[in-house]
Amino acid sequence: MPEPFLELVDISKTYPGVVALDHVDLKVAPGEVIALIGENGAGKSTLMRVLGGVVEPSGGLIRVDGVERGSFTVAEAIQAGIAFVHQELNLFDNLDVAGNVFIGREPVHGGPLRLINRQALYAKVRPLLERLGADFEPDAPLAELSLAQRQLVEIMKALSLDARLVIMDEPTSSLTLTETDRLMRVIAGLKADGVSIIFITHRLNEVMQCADRAVVLRDGRMVGALTRAELSPAAMIRLMIGRDLKSLYVPPAAPPGEAVLDIVQAVTDTYPERAVSLSVRRGEILGLAGLVGSGRTELARAIFGVDPLRGGAIRLDGTPIRIASPRAAIEHGIYLVPEDRKSSGLLLDFSIAENISLPDLSSYLRLWLVNTARETENARRQRERLKIRAPDVETAVGSLSGGNQQKVVLAKWLSMRPKVLIFDEPTRGIDVGAKQEIYDMLRRLTDAGVAVLMISSDMEEVIGVSDRIAVMHEGAISGFLDRSQFSEHNVLQLAVGHTI
Amino acid sequence: MNKKDLSLLILILVVGAVVTFINPRFLLVGNLSNTANQVGMFGIFSIAEAFVIIIGGIELSVGSVIALLGVLFIDLIVNHDVNWMLAFAAIIAGGLAIGLVHGTLVTRMHIQPFVVTLCGLLIYRGAARYYTEDATAGFGFGASFPTLEWLTAGRTNVLGFPLPHSVVALFIVAAIAWVLLHRSVFGRYLYAVGKNEEAARYSGIRSDRVVISAYIICGGLTAFAAILIAMYTRSISPAVHGSFYELYAIAAAVLGGCSLRGGEGSIIGVVLGTVLLQVLQNLVNLLGIPSSLNFAVMGTVILIGVLGDQYLMQRRRATTAKARPQASVAAAPLERANAE
Repeated sequence: MPEPFLELVDISKTYPGVVALDHVDLKVAPGEVIALIGENGAGKSTLMRVLGGVVEPSGGLIRVDGVERGSFTVAEAIQAGIAFVHQELNLFDNLDVAGNVFIGREPVHGGPLRLINRQALYAKVRPLLERLGADFEPDAPLAELSLAQRQLVEIMKALSLDARLVIMDEPTSSLTLTETDRLMRVIAGLKADGVSIIFITHRLNEVMQCADRAVVLRDGRMVGALTRAELSPAAMIRLMIGRDLKSLYVPPAAPPGEAVLDIVQAVTDTYPERAVSLSVRRGEILGLAGLVGSGRTELARAIFGVDPLRGGAIRLDGTPIRIASPRAAIEHGIYLVPEDRKSSGLLLDFSIAENISLPDLSSYLRLWLVNTARETENARRQRERLKIRAPDVETAVGSLSGGNQQKVVLAKWLSMRPKVLIFDEPTRGIDVGAKQEIYDMLRRLTDAGVAVLMISSDMEEVIGVSDRIAVMHEGAISGFLDRSQFSEHNVLQLAVGHTI
Repeated sequence: MNKKDLSLLILILVVGAVVTFINPRFLLVGNLSNTANQVGMFGIFSIAEAFVIIIGGIELSVGSVIALLGVLFIDLIVNHDVNWMLAFAAIIAGGLAIGLVHGTLVTRMHIQPFVVTLCGLLIYRGAARYYTEDATAGFGFGASFPTLEWLTAGRTNVLGFPLPHSVVALFIVAAIAWVLLHRSVFGRYLYAVGKNEEAARYSGIRSDRVVISAYIICGGLTAFAAILIAMYTRSISPAVHGSFYELYAIAAAVLGGCSLRGGEGSIIGVVLGTVLLQVLQNLVNLLGIPSSLNFAVMGTVILIGVLGDQYLMQRRRATTAKARPQASVAAAPLERANAE
């Protein structure tokens, strides 16, 4: 292997309260294909953002061709030959392929008007298309291209900038099998030309297929690197897991009862060929684990009536029900604490009291009008119960901390009569204290007979809080685990699509 | 009354005082009564507009609806001998129907409100002109509806002041709208949908219905204003009647604290906004400013008002930002933003 041209030395990145990267070293040699693997939240994307100049590291240095520097700007990263193919592609829907590849660098005719020289533009793009074996023309409108084709456009953009290193963040997560195969061939072609690749992935078979080296991150630390000869799914999983999980588990007061919510062969828009079946029992917390993008949020949205269900059925207490809108779900006692509380969970300009009463305003009526005294009174009660830290219930929710905002979302549903509560990432972006308070509340709810479905990407949370775990992989349930089977290893095995 | 409304009231009093100082005729009973009558008519359709702006929409066809429904109303009672009460009900129903169509196009067909109501502006104006063959519609010689005229365009002496009935109508409309917007469940829903439709939906609000209702209310109130205006002008040239009225309505709503992004605004503010616009109109007349400058004066004052508001808001934000650090130490959020 030739000498590395790029080295990350001792890179750290801390956010208030969180260490995202902890003294990470990484060397990249020309023509090397490196797979970056690790669980959700291990720091993979942060590391790549440091390399792409998007995130400034808190410590450490970057050495390019022997020159040391503390951090990159995006422009410097591009100049150093580092190109980033983003998970959400940064392309313009309203331009054609060539326009996207040379955006901001269009060849122009001479003269004061600087008109775009379209012939020169297309002439420059054509060889790139051939190099990647692309099946579209330089003047194809981007809007008509598939996701896989758009990815090639991004790669062409990188190559047109003479990239020496192409970083891809989960490039295959939304590709079909044939598209993935073609991308693997493109990667092999780039490698043959001496271009290095770093790709983040959750699919271990892809790592086996094309990586020269796998680098494993866990909790922001580099826990190991496997050479081509050492690569095996078992070895990778062994490195990805194995941290100490604090036990948060509080057992339920009584064994779970009958199934309250039955999801039977449910099909969502994102995975039209896959169906999900699961049931949540009275008094239990069912953890729904899986990798980001495995279809968990989409399932929750379909159960709550935000998105239509494309197939299958939902039964509540054994009776089939139809949920066409969130209103219908709420009337059945099925409530959702959504993933993004700022955009869907709360009205940030409304007060705490107004947010809490919103789904149930008709029960605050006095002569057709909203009885604000009752509204305030109930909000105060919920504030006590959930320990919402705010000067008053008239305070706008937008000025509260993340943990207190989440408690307001919870208070909204607890003021009503929940039968099934669905939590999507209940404690994302929340400080430790508030986290524990929310877990305690979950247990109190299930002890009162509520069925809880908890979607979580936080391994510690899933294992520490759930009574049972269902794991999703690419739009389907890949397995259920009872508490006796709980382990990081088992959850991860199922999450990447293997069996245990 | 909130701070915004209060500063608007002060602005009105200052402008009024300046006008009085330069031309004391401003305070003559006749002048005040006429200005009040204008406020009454314009205030009603400005409140109508406010409902749509609060849910984050826009209604551009107000002026054309006023022309079309005004023409139809006069035609019904003068040429077709329809009982005026029946005609009244029919016109209001027509306004509600227009609102229903607009609301449905916006929510179910997902067409932008600007486009829907711009098409409405063109269609209704054209329909009004075609219907009358571009001729002026009015009351023929001798045609007389004493009760209707008294109710809509009459004035009652209150403590020596001839109070126009349009002002009474505005007062009633504003009172009902105030209760609806600021005290009822539906009002809460309007603001919620205007602020963040997604969060409103996640809280179980049927946002489509709320949006359609706002357009329906707007259509009904506009129809009511159309009748008052028709009875006041007594003759309608369909090509110009009511033109630009939608812009008066939007201006009044914006002056009254409505944000075109939705979710904000108060009824008192909208009424005060209407008052300010009419006082400005009056100012142009009384101060001998060429009436061609009418719109320019109005535009300038609105711009200054909005800029001043922006300035005050930034200052308020700066002071609260200074006060914040001590407040949030206890609850410092340990955001794990971007950790992966």
